Amino acid sequence: MSSIQALESTISRLGHQVGPGEKVMFDQLEIAIGYYNRSPEALIQILHRAQELFGYLRPDVVDFVAQKLTLPVSHVYGVISFYSFFSTVPRGKYTIMACMGTACYVRGAEQVVQAFEKELGIHRGQTTPDGLFSLKCVRCLGACGMAPVVMIGEDVHSKLQPNTVKKVIRQYT
Amino acid sequence: MTPSELEQLQKRAAEALALRLQKHAVKGNGKPARRVLLICAGGACISCGEAPVWAALEKELVRNNLQDTVQMVQTGCMSACDMGPIVIVRPDNVLYQHVKPEDAGRIVQQHMLRDEPVRDLMWRPGPKAEPVASPDEIPFFSKQVKIVLETCGIIDPENIEEYIAMEGYQALAKALTSMTPQQVIDEVKTSGIRGRGGAGFPTGTKWQMLRNAKGDEKYIICNADEGDPGAFMDRSVLEGDPHRVLEAMALAGYAAGASKGFVYVRAEYPLAIRRLQIALEQARRYGLLGRRILGTDFSFGIEIRVGAGAFVCGEETALMASVQGKRGMPRPRPPFPTDAGINDKPTSINNVETFASIPAIIRRGGAWYASIGTPKSTGTKVFALAGKVNNTGLVEVPMGTTLRELVFEIGGGIPNGKAFKAAQTGGPSGGCIPAAHLDLPLDFDSLQQIGSIVGSGGLVVMDEDSCMVDVAKFFMDFCVDESCGKCPPCRVGTKQIYRTLHKICEGKGTEEDLKILDDLCDVLRSSSLCGLGQTAPNPTMSTLRHFRDEYEAHIKNHKCPAKVCKSLIRYVITTAKCTGCSLCARNCPTSAISRVEGQKKYIIDQAKCIHCGKCFEVCHFAAVARD
Repeated sequence: MSSIQALESTISRLGHQVGPGEKVMFDQLEIAIGYYNRSPEALIQILHRAQELFGYLRPDVVDFVAQKLTLPVSHVYGVISFYSFFSTVPRGKYTIMACMGTACYVRGAEQVVQAFEKELGIHRGQTTPDGLFSLKCVRCLGACGMAPVVMIGEDVHSKLQPNTVKKVIRQYT
Repeated sequence: MTPSELEQLQKRAAEALALRLQKHAVKGNGKPARRVLLICAGGACISCGEAPVWAALEKELVRNNLQDTVQMVQTGCMSACDMGPIVIVRPDNVLYQHVKPEDAGRIVQQHMLRDEPVRDLMWRPGPKAEPVASPDEIPFFSKQVKIVLETCGIIDPENIEEYIAMEGYQALAKALTSMTPQQVIDEVKTSGIRGRGGAGFPTGTKWQMLRNAKGDEKYIICNADEGDPGAFMDRSVLEGDPHRVLEAMALAGYAAGASKGFVYVRAEYPLAIRRLQIALEQARRYGLLGRRILGTDFSFGIEIRVGAGAFVCGEETALMASVQGKRGMPRPRPPFPTDAGINDKPTSINNVETFASIPAIIRRGGAWYASIGTPKSTGTKVFALAGKVNNTGLVEVPMGTTLRELVFEIGGGIPNGKAFKAAQTGGPSGGCIPAAHLDLPLDFDSLQQIGSIVGSGGLVVMDEDSCMVDVAKFFMDFCVDESCGKCPPCRVGTKQIYRTLHKICEGKGTEEDLKILDDLCDVLRSSSLCGLGQTAPNPTMSTLRHFRDEYEAHIKNHKCPAKVCKSLIRYVITTAKCTGCSLCARNCPTSAISRVEGQKKYIIDQAKCIHCGKCFEVCHFAAVARD
């Protein structure tokens, strides 16, 4: 399967489902917006919450946020595209964030990322066809003492080597 | 809460903490002695299995009916990341390293019940050396002077009373009841403390500027957007001792006349965010933040703002844009934030570590602080020791400590008997310090003289296996990625420098390229809009200055001395060592390896070889050599 096909299948799997669950999520988002008094200054905080609820920043979610904060949609997209934490495409259930900080780099992070790529059959920045894993290279995670590290959800996996990558993946499958 | 109620609470809380602060051997008389288990729950220890160790110890204590005799405490980072998971037993003061869940039985039955510490879980100076029980006798700890990390690793960061027990919020009480705002600023000025975020601007002066600024709406910001790769002290302080930072922010507010503060923290630090939220909530409940603090007229509120992954947001004008929910783009200064910051109101921005030093300065006096360190760089600095060094972790030492002490005495030297090549300080804005400068005192001015900076304190050690051209390329790649794109020198210049470095690593560089690099670096440094662009050439310039021979080896001899740059490595099979097993030939992706006609030996066709190194990795007989 090509990477584009993989992406398409992921989109259709995670794609738009308007159901009762959706409404709850929008309600929750509205609560967060209310908490910040609809202040445009809280845009980044609100986008964090939206991404937490919906998994990624879907066009209709972005519209919703823009409308509630009375901001132009273009402004909201400007902010989203500026920050690497925000995603406008579906991500896997687990995002493997591979640290590319100096300490990790010096201790062989590149080889670890290559091992993840090989094991998952995807390149960095992509999502597996089953929608389980996304692989992302990120800025220093601040766990330099345990380099090289990756972070999955809030778990930090430390002192990785190419041959221990399989074991890490297995914990999530 | 009133100041006298705080004092009473401090006494009560200190009694509860007494056992933990004692250091002496104990023996149970017939029944088990009372002890405390301090279990490090810093980021590194969590990542290597602190939670299962905690659960196993808890289960084992209950099984032996010791849950009321032995107290368990989850502390912040104990700073020796390489030893994790760490458990310290008090009052005996015994440190156990690399504790696994299956060790819980021995710790409880042997140590807690029979008063016999478990020797093989202790640290040893060498494989056959006698184990050392007390952390105070381990060089990694004994050579440190702790001010910022004073209570980190001793108290439970999620319990405000433990911070109060360790004189927490006493500085705020002292300032509010017996000092004028100007006296607070004067004390900070006397201490001589300079900003720990990188630039080294005197903190007292900054607060004075904010105090002198016109207007009654002013802001205090704590910069916790610790973006420098290789630095993790801010993370540890926020995770291990968040109240210290909140107290200092309130002090800054009182001194400068501000009533509102923001902590801008990176999204990459979820645990730090959670502990900050808990701390804020507790401080408000105890009347130590919010309206009419400690019954005085002073009110101060703090909000958390979570970043979203942009290195440039560590720059103060970009950070303020981000705090206000916008794209984090810097703007020219002046006006400086102390004149026009958040909402165009006067704003002071200080780093986490700077704030964490303040309560001790107010409690013990600026003169005391100034007596530590060097005359122009006072106090202590926390360095994050990482990379190719035996003991990694956080190290707090007086300013002016030499690099040699840091790497070889505290850090325990380079692993696998390799040679020290360089230490990189200051991340993408800093430089590389070569071995010739190992005896250089680490302070603001000395480092600047040799083309590096203290920066936020990340110190990544590199050994002979690191190629300095590749390191420069690594940092430039980072800057290309993180440049916000607003000003052309940074947007275009970083890319051009990266391309030139890449060309050299590919073996296609010319001597002209070195000249181009020098020029490009100069343009970037002198004409970029903000600190990111102005300092982006530092890693390139400092490696060009101290490791020019490596650049020349790449260009003139087409060799990478550290054997890192793939295009410049030639793989050859040493015929004498080759057993003819064919493993390399089977693994070669381009079928470049074939059997020598009539012999049980293999040979690499250099024309087909893509330098992937697979044959080198798989050979069991070290027959493949890198040239």
